[in-house]
Amino acid sequence: MAAPEQRRIIFAHINEPGYSNDISCYVRHGGYEVLKKAVTRKPEELIEEVKKSGLRGRGGAGFPCGVKWGLVDRKSGKPIYLIVNADESEPGTFKDRYIMHQDPHQLIEGTMISCFANNVKQAYIYIRGEMPHGARILEKAIAEARAAGFVGQNILGTGYSCEIYVHRGAGAYICGEETGLIESLEGKRANPRIKPPYFPAVLGLYQCPTIVNNVETLCHVKYIVEHGGEAFTKLGTPNNTGTRIFCVSGHVQRPGYYEFEAGKITLGQLLNEVCGGPLPGRKFKAVIPGGSSAKILRFGETFTLKNKDGSTRTLAVEDIPMDFDTLAACGTMGGSGGVIVMDDTVNMVEALANINAFYSHESCGQCTPCREGSLWMKKITTRMVHGNARTEDAALLKSVADQIPGRTICAFGEACSWPTQSFLAKFGDEFKGYAEAKPTKPAPATPLI
Amino acid sequence: MSAPAKPADLVTVNIDGKDIAVPKGTNVIEAARLLNVDVPHYCYHPKLSIVGNCRMCLIEMGMPAVDPATKAPVMDPATGKQKINWIPRPQIGCGTNVSPGLHVKTTSPMVKDAREGVMEFLLINHPLDCPICDQAGECKLQEQSTGYGRGYSRFIEQKNVKPKRTQLGPRVTLDDERCILCSRCIRFSKEVAKDDVLGFIDRGSYSTLTCYPGKQLANNYSLNTVDICPVGALTSTDFRFKMRVWFLKQTNSIDTESSVGANTVVWSREGAIYRITPRRNDEVNDTWIADSGRELFKAVKASDRLTAIKVNGNESSLEIAVNAALHFCKDGGVAVVGSGRSSVEEQFLTRKLAESLKASAHLVSRVAKGDGLLVSADRNPNVRGALVTGLISALPSQQLGGLAAEVDAGKIKTIISVGEDLAEAGLTPAQLAKISVIYLGTHANATSAAAKVVIPTLTMFEKSGSLVNQQFRLQKFAKAVPGPQGATDDLVVLAQLANIAAADLASVWKLLAAEVPALATTTHPSIPEIGLLLDATPYAALPFVEGETLHYKPAAKASAA
Repeated sequence: MAAPEQRRIIFAHINEPGYSNDISCYVRHGGYEVLKKAVTRKPEELIEEVKKSGLRGRGGAGFPCGVKWGLVDRKSGKPIYLIVNADESEPGTFKDRYIMHQDPHQLIEGTMISCFANNVKQAYIYIRGEMPHGARILEKAIAEARAAGFVGQNILGTGYSCEIYVHRGAGAYICGEETGLIESLEGKRANPRIKPPYFPAVLGLYQCPTIVNNVETLCHVKYIVEHGGEAFTKLGTPNNTGTRIFCVSGHVQRPGYYEFEAGKITLGQLLNEVCGGPLPGRKFKAVIPGGSSAKILRFGETFTLKNKDGSTRTLAVEDIPMDFDTLAACGTMGGSGGVIVMDDTVNMVEALANINAFYSHESCGQCTPCREGSLWMKKITTRMVHGNARTEDAALLKSVADQIPGRTICAFGEACSWPTQSFLAKFGDEFKGYAEAKPTKPAPATPLI
Repeated sequence: MSAPAKPADLVTVNIDGKDIAVPKGTNVIEAARLLNVDVPHYCYHPKLSIVGNCRMCLIEMGMPAVDPATKAPVMDPATGKQKINWIPRPQIGCGTNVSPGLHVKTTSPMVKDAREGVMEFLLINHPLDCPICDQAGECKLQEQSTGYGRGYSRFIEQKNVKPKRTQLGPRVTLDDERCILCSRCIRFSKEVAKDDVLGFIDRGSYSTLTCYPGKQLANNYSLNTVDICPVGALTSTDFRFKMRVWFLKQTNSIDTESSVGANTVVWSREGAIYRITPRRNDEVNDTWIADSGRELFKAVKASDRLTAIKVNGNESSLEIAVNAALHFCKDGGVAVVGSGRSSVEEQFLTRKLAESLKASAHLVSRVAKGDGLLVSADRNPNVRGALVTGLISALPSQQLGGLAAEVDAGKIKTIISVGEDLAEAGLTPAQLAKISVIYLGTHANATSAAAKVVIPTLTMFEKSGSLVNQQFRLQKFAKAVPGPQGATDDLVVLAQLANIAAADLASVWKLLAAEVPALATTTHPSIPEIGLLLDATPYAALPFVEGETLHYKPAAKASAA
């Protein structure tokens, strides 16, 4: 079956010849028209549209955006804040940076619509510290939008005022965890908060109700308000509505950004047809479908899934549709859309050593299991690739990883242990045999970080 | 924890199969404690904010199942009881407050597995050198590892290396390798001491506790961080490596540096005191004391300690000294200077002495700036005891000005001072030379040098007694170490001078009960460990000097206004 065509909503104009990140270019392409209409509508209507759309957060967890907005404490009398989570740090993910570089006004428009819908007077774009260029672009874009009356005081003459500030991140992966982000924005160490009681929707930034949304999610809000929640559900598949941006990296012919309707394309179509298949003379070995913390899939394994009617179906890795639910049913996740491909030149022990090095470096250090476990796993895999592997290391790695997830304040516990758990589950023999195999070291694995 | 909760404020929870009603807002660790169920923890401290980072208190929790549509309870046919929906992941006990019907398992396989996992992780980078660690014997990590540790290590990698001897301040030494990053000290400094100087640098397992650049942990509460440190990371520079804690005897005592009356424990061995730590009293000092109060014991072994009874400069016996003292008093014109540092019992006998000699009674006040926390403006620990026992009826002044005038006028010929330095209280050397001074005290000073009769007495660590703090809370302290040779119990000296038989606590309390209505039903042993609040209303009009401190607000000045 041939791969479907890309369905570009967010990337509608990006990459068109002559399309720039200037406000004039954006307005020429119909920009800010949705905001103009939105501010004449009732905020509750806009929230209703987003709820109807079934939009799920694009930051990684896939939490329904409308539900998130619904949880906001609107009776506290405190101001409501909106934070754009632009701390895109998950290895293998690079969609938000592209949106901000190429089309910052789309994000600003989506943000302003969301602010208006939620009666937010102050929004922050928390952009990853390592993206100084993106921050400059956003600053310029916000200044342009303010000059044009789309941001700031008395927006479009409606009396509604809302300011957007760009805040550069503190240079840590954990700053992307929403409560860690809030701490960081408050000027503290990005230590994620315990929930309960610190749910952002109730006790977020400065202990006020706060909405934290991903860049891509807010861009989708613009589309939803323009075309209606109903129209959005027509894209993609039920419970996986709209389009998704996939960031394909690694051993394929044409890595890059691709926007498809969610669930309408399979992993095989994406890699083989859209991305041109493996490099010459190589074969796919494994793929991480949703950013480096997602569990790895091994080419050649199959999944038996239950259908709604009780029957079962068997899927090969290539057959998995790229949506949240099927990927979850296959034991991994759609996550942030970062698809990392590894071919048969990759040694899995070395690949895991690379991932473990990243996560042990990024653990904030609050919770014991994550803090100690991530570094222990890194020390084991580093020792292994430096020629001191032991047969029992495979079992030890798995046991250490099993002691982490579900026992930490934030999801980093899962993020740092799932790679080890899944690498061991799928490629256990490679780990057990690593001591004896003394691999004839092909080219070292392409660094993931 | 103070007033019994009303039934409406109680929540019934089930812990390990037992139902218990606990006040709303109690967390699961405290609720379990009421059932004598121990939930191990490191970062949680009842007097600090909750961060939930050590993950040691992970326990299994569940709520009774209800039908989502009808809200009717879902019954379990096997047991006939309401089904419990157990949460598939362990939850932290410190951060979870009780809710009606909450079910908790603290001994299930999931809980055991979680605790063992956390213990192993805590130990992999922790030095395993308890034999040379100062915290051994009172180390939470050591205690929990006997319950949840492996007994062997699976960790063959290099341990992290961190600074071993950082002087965080004048009194606290930090060993970062032992630190388990619980952040109790950081929270204490910020929330209680209001001196936000501690923080972590670096990330993950390399996180390192340190002071902010250019700052020191130098506040007067810094040693509380040592007390609450669950491991041997923060140690008292003074106490470290001096003594194994299991050799030390613990004696309940009271901090006498001010009228707060913080509760303390005195740690001693073979007659020597090694350290003072706080004792929890939620009505007085929570679990804290000031650093300054921990150094008071150093006076016990000070070189200027008085150890010889002297009459006119010659060593003498107690009998001769008492007779000599009374001889100086026989012609009248006597003043007795009592002390706000004496115990209730001593103040009462001081009053009896003044009465027997028909002498005027005086007290010296000590006032300095309070710190708003656990050191109050009144640096006498027991001015209120002097009021309750009737030694004085008005608040003392800082200087004995009236007494000095009487000396000049020749009305006063003899002064008996119970531990007070008259020179410090404003009497000049000429005035002291003009009269006969009888001095009962512990340390040498200008008054003991000028005294005709000197009788060495005991420090508060060497005797038992009671004090009345600023809240009018009667609190007792006990003898921790024996006094030095040559020193006599104050009660014995005062009783002999006053010519009464009561020279020990029990007989003094019989007199107290008979003569002081407020203490009519009390005996020294019956004073509870958290103290006994006395009726303060008779003294409501007095202008006490204390400002606000922890658990104390001065009476509104409304009556004066």
